[in-house]
Amino acid sequence: MKSFAIHRIYAMLGKEFIQMRRDRTTLAMLIGIPLMQLFLFGYAINMVPRHLPTALIVTDSGPFSDSIISALNNSSYFDIGHTTYSRPEARRLLGQNRVAFVIEIPANFSHDVVRGAGPSILVEADATDPAASSYAVSALNGLATSALRDDLTGALASRAPKAPAFNVVVHSLYNPEANTQYNVVPGLLGIILTMTMVMATSISLTRERERGTFENLLAMPTRPFEIMVGKITPNIFVGAFQAALILGVAKYVFHVPMLGSFGLLAFAATIFITALLGVGYTISTVATNQMQAMQMTFFFLMPSILLSGFAFPFRGMPVWAQWLGEVLPITHFLRIVRGILLKGNGWIEIWPDLWPMVLFLFVAGTIAVTRFRQTLD
Amino acid sequence: MIGQPIASRHTNPSDGLAMAIDVKGLTKRFGKKVAVNAVDIAVPEGQVWGFLGPNGSGKTTTIRMLCGLLHADAGEGTCLGYNLRSEADAIKRETGYMTQKFSFWEDLTIRENLEFVGRVYGLSEVRRLVDEALEKLGLAARQNQLAGELSGGWKQRMALAACTLHGPKLLLLDEPTAGVDPKARRDFWDEIHKLADGGITVLVSTHYMDEAERCDKIVFISSGIIVARGTVAEIVTASGLITYTVAGDGARHLADRLRGLPGIEFVSFFGALLHVSGYDRALLESALAPYRSDAKLTITETLSSLEDVFIQLQQQAGA
Repeated sequence: MKSFAIHRIYAMLGKEFIQMRRDRTTLAMLIGIPLMQLFLFGYAINMVPRHLPTALIVTDSGPFSDSIISALNNSSYFDIGHTTYSRPEARRLLGQNRVAFVIEIPANFSHDVVRGAGPSILVEADATDPAASSYAVSALNGLATSALRDDLTGALASRAPKAPAFNVVVHSLYNPEANTQYNVVPGLLGIILTMTMVMATSISLTRERERGTFENLLAMPTRPFEIMVGKITPNIFVGAFQAALILGVAKYVFHVPMLGSFGLLAFAATIFITALLGVGYTISTVATNQMQAMQMTFFFLMPSILLSGFAFPFRGMPVWAQWLGEVLPITHFLRIVRGILLKGNGWIEIWPDLWPMVLFLFVAGTIAVTRFRQTLD
Repeated sequence: MIGQPIASRHTNPSDGLAMAIDVKGLTKRFGKKVAVNAVDIAVPEGQVWGFLGPNGSGKTTTIRMLCGLLHADAGEGTCLGYNLRSEADAIKRETGYMTQKFSFWEDLTIRENLEFVGRVYGLSEVRRLVDEALEKLGLAARQNQLAGELSGGWKQRMALAACTLHGPKLLLLDEPTAGVDPKARRDFWDEIHKLADGGITVLVSTHYMDEAERCDKIVFISSGIIVARGTVAEIVTASGLITYTVAGDGARHLADRLRGLPGIEFVSFFGALLHVSGYDRALLESALAPYRSDAKLTITETLSSLEDVFIQLQQQAGA
């Protein structure tokens, strides 16, 4: 017995395309949601926070304090909004979340610098969110060497920090300005596709089941593979359209560089989309109603956001979590997208992330077809 | 096998006829509940058989097993000469199944639904076939209307058109006329008989007695077991039920007084008439004797109706 026939696939496709066209609300959502999310998150998410509110405790009246304060302001990480003489007052500001940092310049600071006593500046950071303060904290380290450079000249030259025995030169490649959008916008491509594609297919069979049309479909000679192709193909077009839309906005609105081949990216995106549709279809063979399908979709969506390297650094996770992340197609797709767009990667560079997606696609597709029950038992 | 003796009391006389459906011992369990218990059905080609039974008696489950939508837990046989278990695909290609609940796509038009069905079955010249089917069933003017917008009667016509489009040899209809007005029901049955004249075999489940009487033969199923089968006359005779009608003023008031008397199985209203049924003529006569003298009442023996017999069968099976 042949496992599929072209005429039945053709019939399924015709039916699905008509139904998709009639379901205007869903279609509008499939286009509207990606755009809204892209603009919202593309502009909103910033991993390098600047202008953090800072309180300053100054008990020194010497000239060097002023140099330190202007150096802090110039770094653009700190906005000194409060100046106080009281430590409890500063703590209260931290506790109330009104400042993220308290910087204390001790009494006799300038005097001690001149004496060569090596005074300390105390910085208290609100570390409840470590990621938010880390960039600012690291900027502080350079401050000690550079802030007083212009002041410690002439007779005070001996107080200036000595040049270190060697220099560390860091080149931030691919995104030298640490522009978060270059990271987030390509990442959103993966997240948005994961959400909409899995959701759209997860209800495909479930809806037929709920409406009672599934019984009819099964009573006809349609076979599992044909039904799957019919259900998945229209969504591949939707996914491709979404991807093109997001990439267009990335290029012309967020000015994300596109160094690599667009054709290669389109190819990888097609595999990614199809793999996601396989997941959604598997869900729809299991779920008995649309509510269940939605719950299962979110069960897949959460790790895709949190373990893929989209929200948090992938290498920061423990090994077992990284392995979980490696199973998800989005982890590989994010590397491919960022690689092609920002690094100009080609076939050879993306291959290590391409084959796991292909493997995932085949496994998901096989599960979907074998899970499919041709009877109502 | 459980229930086998009961079923075998009503064996099928095959008379050397070619059978469109010929299954034996068909059984289906859902968990611990036995939904269909050792059902034998043999329907000769070109006949219209009615499938009757109370709600939840196993009609739908049996029909679903016949068209391959459910795996039978036990039993074997053939549909259209194909093995029920191993050749489900072949059976599906030559069978039309109309579900109890409307199961076509409500967001497709009538024409789109029919064209989809035509393409799934791989028919050539789908458009022309659909045109013909629309014309034949009087749907041509509504062909571009969404199926979901149709009234019950039109939906049922559309469903019949769709499940006969591919020229099936066997039609399985699961309560096709539930909720359809009398005119549409009559038209529907005319269509069924036209199809049967053309050689199609039809198994149709129904709750309507008048529809049962339009069938060549009837199978009555109760709690998953076949309790009667044959022509209407055969079933009525075999039941041994004797029925008297009481007519006239005050007949209605008799019901409560007669119920529960020895020999009276049940008393039911047919308009102004009262049907009094039982198995023992002498007991019935003696129960009715006190009212014979009442000048306003006319008491006559009548043929038991199919409904009388079915209610009795249902009560017996439930007891």
